[in-house]
Parts: sequence; C-alpha cells; structure tokens
Amino acid sequence: MSAVFQPIAAREAPIKMEGFVPWIKHNLFGGWRNTVATLLGLAVIVHWLPPLANWLLFKAVFVPDSDVCQSAREIGACWGVITEKHRLIILGRYPLAEQWRPEIATLLLMGLLIFSCIRKFWKPWLALLWLVVVALVFVLMGGGVAGLTRVSTDQWGGLPLTIMLATLSIVFAFPIAVVVALGRRSKLPAIRTVCVIYVELIRGVPLISVLFMASFMFPLFMPPGVSIDVLLRVLVGITLFSAAYMAEIVRGGLQAIPKGQTEAAATLGLSYWQTQRKIVLPQALALVVPGIMNNFISIFKDTSLVTIVSLYELTGAMGLALNSDANWRPFKLEAYLFIAAIYFAFCFSMSRYSLWIEKQVNRSKVR
Amino acid sequence: MADNIISFEKVNKWYGNNFHVLRDIDLQVARGERIVICGPSGSGKSTLIRCVNRLEEHQEGKITVDGTEMTDDVKAIEAVRKEVGMVFQQFNLFPHLTVLENLTLAPTWVGKMPKAEAEEKAMQQLKRVRISEQAQKFPLQLSGGQQQRVAIARALCLTPKIMLFDEPTSALDPEMIKEVLDVMVELAGLGITMLCVTHEMGFAKAVANRVIFMDQGQIIEQNNPHEFFSNPKSDRTKDFLSKILGH
Repeated sequence: MSAVFQPIAAREAPIKMEGFVPWIKHNLFGGWRNTVATLLGLAVIVHWLPPLANWLLFKAVFVPDSDVCQSAREIGACWGVITEKHRLIILGRYPLAEQWRPEIATLLLMGLLIFSCIRKFWKPWLALLWLVVVALVFVLMGGGVAGLTRVSTDQWGGLPLTIMLATLSIVFAFPIAVVVALGRRSKLPAIRTVCVIYVELIRGVPLISVLFMASFMFPLFMPPGVSIDVLLRVLVGITLFSAAYMAEIVRGGLQAIPKGQTEAAATLGLSYWQTQRKIVLPQALALVVPGIMNNFISIFKDTSLVTIVSLYELTGAMGLALNSDANWRPFKLEAYLFIAAIYFAFCFSMSRYSLWIEKQVNRSKVR
Repeated sequence: MADNIISFEKVNKWYGNNFHVLRDIDLQVARGERIVICGPSGSGKSTLIRCVNRLEEHQEGKITVDGTEMTDDVKAIEAVRKEVGMVFQQFNLFPHLTVLENLTLAPTWVGKMPKAEAEEKAMQQLKRVRISEQAQKFPLQLSGGQQQRVAIARALCLTPKIMLFDEPTSALDPEMIKEVLDVMVELAGLGITMLCVTHEMGFAKAVANRVIFMDQGQIIEQNNPHEFFSNPKSDRTKDFLSKILGH
C-alpha cells in the first residue's frame, strides 16, 4: 500500500475511435436494436425513393402544355404549370412591362440582407445604408417619381412582397422586442404595466385578426381625409405582433443573466443603459439566438396571411395565378411544392445562419 | 470629522417588513484605514459593505461616502461608485468580454478615457496582479484564483479611493486562496481604504488596522487585530473566534 508514485505515460487508444468505418460501426450497427433500425430505415428508402424520383423527375412533364400534363396525371408531376405560371407566382399582379423594378428592388434588399449578415460590417453606418436601400426599394416599386410610372401597393405581390414584409417586420420588431423586454423588468410599475398589457393583448389574438384590424378597423379611427397605405398598416400589424412574441424570448434571456453581472457593472459606475447595452443584452441575446431565429423564420412564413387583406405575396400570388385559369387549376400540388421549395430555401438559410451566429457568440464559452 | 472617508450614523436596514438586517450601525472609517469585518453568516456584514456603494439601500440613518450622502440621487451614486471598487465572492467578471475588455470597459465608457490609454493602464494593473499573460483570454478560461485577481485588477482600473471586498476567497480552492490574499496584502501598501469581509484571520492580523465583529445586524466588538484576537471582550466574540481558530 505504500508503493512509490509512478507516473503513467499517455498512450493511444487500443481501438480506432475516429474515422468513417468506426463511425458507421458505432452509430449504425452498434448493438442489435441499432442494426434493426438502420436496416428498417434502408428498406423504407429503397421502397419509397424510386417511385418518388419517378414522379418528381423521370416521368414528370416539363412542357407548359396542360393536355400533356392531364394525360400524365398520377404518373408524373406537371412542372409545366411552373414553366407557364412562374412569372405570376413569383411577381404577382405587378405590371408586366415594369417587372424589372420589383426584380431589382428585391435583389437590392437581398444583397443588403446578405451584407448585413457579415460581422465586420456591423457598424453604425449600416443603419444608414438600410434607410437608403429601403427608401430606394419603395421608390422603385411605387414609382411616381423620376419617370417611373406609379404602381399602387395593392398591385405589389409575389416573392418581392414576401421578402419585403418579412425583412422590414423583422428589422423593426427586433428593437421593439428588446425595449419591451427591458420594460417588463423595469422598476417603474407604469412602464412594466404598459409592456405587460401590450404583450398579453397581442399574444391573446391570432395574427389574422391583427391584420384584419390593421386593414379594416384602423382606418375608422383616422381623421377624415387621412389614409395610411394598406401595406404600411399591415407591416405595422405584423411588426407589433412579432415584437410581442420576441419580447418574451428576449425576456427569457434577460432572466438568465445573474444579478452579479448588473451589480458588478453598477460598482464600476456604469449607468442603466450602459449596463444593458454592454453587459446584459450581449449575454442575454446570445442565449436566445435559437429562439429569436425561430421567430424570424415564422415571421417569414406568416407573411402568407396577408392574402386575407388582399395583398398577394408568394402564396397569395400562387393562388391567384392558378385559380384564375381552369386549365392549370388541377395542378396546384406542383405549384405548392414549388413555393414550398422557395420558402424552404429562405428558411433553411436563416437557420444555417443562426447556427453560425451561435458559434460566434459562444466563443467566450470555449474553454 | 473631516478625515473620515466613510461614515455610518445610526443606520438601520430591513429586508421586507420583518427582517431587521442592520441595527443602529455607527461606523467611522478613516482615510486609508484597512478594516476586516467578520461574523457568522446572516450577521449583516455583506449588507453593511454593500451599503457603502448603495448596492443596498438603507431605510434609516445617514451614510456618507467621501463627502456624498447616499440618497436616491442616481448621478451622485454613480459618481461615488467610480471611487469605490468592489470585489465579489463570485468574481462577477463579464464572461462575454476578454480579460482586457473587462478592465477597459469602465475607464473607456465611464471615465471617457481613450482606448489606448485604458489598455495601457489595464495592462499595468494586470501586471500588478501577475496575470498580464492572460489578457486576451475569456474569464471562463481562467482558474478561480486567476479570475478573482482579474476582478481585483478591474476594480483598480478606476483608481478607487475605497476598495470593498465581499468574501473574496470564499469561493476558491485552498490552493488559490493564497495567490489572491498575496495580491490583497500588496494593495494594503497602496494607501487605499479597504473594507474586507473575510474569515481569513491571518490576513486580518497581517494587514488590518481594525477588526470588526458583527452578529445579528449589530457591531458587537471592534478593536485593533492584536487586541481583538488576544483579548476579545464579549462572550459572543470569544465563542466565534474559538470556532474559526479552533482547528
């Protein structure tokens, strides 16, 4: 029992722990339950994949001919409907001759979005750039100046409208959410109460009814002669709606910050706003990145509800394009798959970006 | 007395309606004095020093810190806080900022110091606590003792007149306590007024001018360390000392 201490030198693991074959062995065929699950999974793929591929691709009809499509029903998908209707689906009722305008506006907005995703551009002038680009987008879409013909907002539609509504409501909802979340934790009862009432009222009603009120009820309260554009009203509706949800997510993050952090900031002489800005919010928001991004993604898809107030964004435009044409109406499934793919592309990029952000903000936690 | 940097006059504080945590506290602290406060948990010693920079509000009596009375005046409190450094039991470093950023935050944002100057000063403080090679790391990448030394350096960056220590070594492994105490002993030579809640009696003997014993919200006994340890007056103090020095 009194043996002298002998250091043991580190050695390699006796079996290979990393690499492709060990991974397969361990994850797909480790134990009989695991093996059965793998084989079942393979069987499902083998059984379903060929017919799916046939319907989607090999037996699908790509020519914009509704008769050919009709004869291929149940056998192959009719992508001809997309070939035929893609302009209407993607751009909605915007005048055909002017379609370069929403195209450029959307490219501008998307470019700015991608630009804003890059960390080294997170500078104060980025906010200014946003103002400029958003103004440009509205001028380009609306026209009425610089020789552009006027296109009223009820003719805006399709993907440009979806992107615009989603982007602007996200950009405005986020700061509102942060302020409301801070307000709910304020020491002043008046501020706290206002924030609680706002959040609970908005959360208590469906988005559809908010949009309805924004579009039909709100004008009743305006003084005669004053009218605010329906697009703007809807934008405000979606923004306030999402801000209420996001505020609760942000508040969750704020709750998780230990009291010691604000005390330490206080002892250093930082004011309330300095403390929130430099200490509390950076940590709280880092904690809730997945929740916030969840919300962004659902805003993007919830824009499809504006159809009920006669704004035809991507989903609405698709309905418009097909419902008005008896020849193509039977092929709604394909059209739905098409817009689903568009939605998916956007939402999936957002979720990938969220993962990257998470990595960025968690750098300090890597030991 | 003009030379008293901190003054408590008949201070009373309650948590809620019933928990009377500070009872008629009278305490005068001279400029440059080093005081160790000890006592059982719940005796109000942490609350006492947290009243100095108004992390806690008192309900009765008067607290004056470097000529400013502690009231609801936010601006006055923020001004006092710039002169009062504080070190916590749980370090309370900002985990999302590097060590260097932790130190430069207040000087650049509160003291409006240029960044380069703040960084230079921060590096001096990090050298003082012997941790300058960790400047670019994040707090959670350091050991507890290192984190606490960073916390001390952070408090020193505002060149405080008063330093408050709230059980600075209680959350540390035994091996790390010494490295933190060594730094604190060095600080004692700087002439900063120190109020230190701790049970490190060796530290009290080495650096304190005065030791205060508290129990149930009252100051039971205060004396210079030699008298306090060799000749305690009250039975409660004797009992306490026998428990913490007994093994």
